[in-house]
Amino acid sequence: MVQAQHLRKTYGPTRVLDDVSLTLSAGESVTLLGPNGTGKTTLLRILATLQRPTSGSLSIAGVDALKAPEAVRGAVDMVGHGSWVYEDLTAIENLRFWTTLGGHDAGRARLKGALESVELDTVADQRARTFSAGMKRRLALARVLLGRARLLLLDEPFTGLDRAGRKWLAEFLLAFKAQGGAVIVATHSFDAGAGVADRVAILAGGRIVLDRPAASLGLDDLRRLYDELAAGPVIAS
Amino acid sequence: MAVRVLGWLAVLALLAGLVAGFGYAPREAVQGNVQRIMYLHVPAVLTAYLAFGLVFVGSLGYLLTRRPGWDRLALAAAEPGVIFTGITIASGSIWGKPTWGTWWTWDARLTSTAVLFLVYVGYLLLRGMIDEPDRRARAAAVVGILGAANIPIVHFSVKWWRALHQPSTILGPEPSPIAAPIALALFVNWVAFTLLLFYLLAKRTEIARLEDMYAG
Amino acid sequence: MRRAWIVVWKDVLSERRSKESLNALVFFALLLLFVFQFALGPDRARVETALPGLLWIAFILAGLLAFGRTFLVERENDCWEGLVLAPGDRSAIYLGKLAGNMLLMALVEAALLVLFALFFSLDFTGALPALALVLALGTFGLVAVGTLFGALTAQLRARELLFPVLLLPAVVPVLLGAVTATQTVLAGQPLAGASSWLTLLAAADVVYLVVGLLTFEFVLEG
Repeated sequence: MVQAQHLRKTYGPTRVLDDVSLTLSAGESVTLLGPNGTGKTTLLRILATLQRPTSGSLSIAGVDALKAPEAVRGAVDMVGHGSWVYEDLTAIENLRFWTTLGGHDAGRARLKGALESVELDTVADQRARTFSAGMKRRLALARVLLGRARLLLLDEPFTGLDRAGRKWLAEFLLAFKAQGGAVIVATHSFDAGAGVADRVAILAGGRIVLDRPAASLGLDDLRRLYDELAAGPVIAS
Repeated sequence: MAVRVLGWLAVLALLAGLVAGFGYAPREAVQGNVQRIMYLHVPAVLTAYLAFGLVFVGSLGYLLTRRPGWDRLALAAAEPGVIFTGITIASGSIWGKPTWGTWWTWDARLTSTAVLFLVYVGYLLLRGMIDEPDRRARAAAVVGILGAANIPIVHFSVKWWRALHQPSTILGPEPSPIAAPIALALFVNWVAFTLLLFYLLAKRTEIARLEDMYAG
Repeated sequence: MRRAWIVVWKDVLSERRSKESLNALVFFALLLLFVFQFALGPDRARVETALPGLLWIAFILAGLLAFGRTFLVERENDCWEGLVLAPGDRSAIYLGKLAGNMLLMALVEAALLVLFALFFSLDFTGALPALALVLALGTFGLVAVGTLFGALTAQLRARELLFPVLLLPAVVPVLLGAVTATQTVLAGQPLAGASSWLTLLAAADVVYLVVGLLTFEFVLEG
């Protein structure tokens, strides 16, 4: 599904990513752990074809994403720091915009259905300006539901979510995987992150220093490894 | 090695051009010696157009192939292009002062060249503002392509506008008919400038390549 | 194209609800009128002679403000990436933004004409259809390049400086053609007299549109 090999990203003399390789199959989810500023967002953006790596190769759903990013974009969706919500539009108008722009228009009924799935149907006709950060993120997930993405990238999706919210997100991701989608979650909060993953990877110093099935690691082991590895030398500036 | 040869050829050609312009070509009857500045002005504008044509080619090449070499070509051509355009404007202005009494006339060619100058200075400014190589190359390429596509449009619009406001007399710096020695001097200088352009291109693309290598 | 339309729809809705741009632009137009009056003095003949130029200066200045904000709503709402990641042909987004800007400029220009007529006691009614054509052709050129460069500079720190620097030299032919044609129309002469200029404007519009459509793809990445 996703094959990233030897990705490197430099900004002038600063090397943010150095020889990152990651493989992911359909129906699988990986949690990318790492402290802030270690390049998780950059890696996600490269996987989303929002940015080009300085070197390396990337293929998504069998297509070379660097040569033909347009071909890949329909298959990838991202919920990042910005949730792509127009504040002056209502929830349902936002959905209508993004689905039509993405080429998969949906009638009002389907849009409402998506809003129901994320428990936003009560505010369907309210302007997004009034929404909390969590609600905006849920709106973004409704957008994902209506799309045809097969790879979902999430950047710090747990911030601002309470326990119930995290549980809800975990269920959402499970359902997404069950339909054959692949998920990459980047987060520095490994309690929540470890809970939703089939595999755990740690990004430190611009490299992936750990990549193992989640089941093979106890939470304490993971915590210990994380502290050790994440505190290691950082290759930058 | 080949670049060195090119460099020396350019120097020789420029010297030959100087000699041709100031020694060999005759003194023009109507305007006197100041007309000799045409041997700078005309080759400069021709070379500038060539340079901007290369900017277009480089821009197109980058957008189609994403190979940085094309972007380096565009950059390496834009810088001398702006310089040659500046020389064109300055020499045109200097030529104009004794001839028409003013430093600036809204003469069609001068105005078109000035607009061109502004477009490509903007191009270089834009390049200066973006650090990321791919974004910079793409943004510059778009401006470069529009700038080049605009050149004939600008040319015609300024020409017609000029014709409206002043039925032009002999405004072009070429006296007509062009006598053979003058044409020869022009030709030599034009060849010299073109050689110089290619030398600068070769050097600048090499420098850009080294810069990219260091940054990577 | 449905997708171009949805972009227009979204921008019109956003604008109608926030009323940010249109109000400010119309107010700006009003201020310009005062500036012109103070700069040119009370001599009405001077204003009338300068009128075609004044109109287009006003349009270009308003355009600089308007086009620079073309993607402001995306920037403010953090939606830029969403546009970048949208699958399919991105030139639909260009067309949508272009149409939105044309609409905005049409409203601003209409307001300006009314204000000019009011403040300087001018009468445009005779020339109106021909004037509308000239304004449409000229504005289209401005908008085509303005939308393209607006997108190009949208993510730059120095966008307020760089955008006018890039736009103004590029639209010189539009300015020349539009002012001359406007002059012809306002002088009561038949439009056919300026036909070569109109052809130039139309040709320029086509060139700018084509370049915009072809290159927008590359502008909108990353």
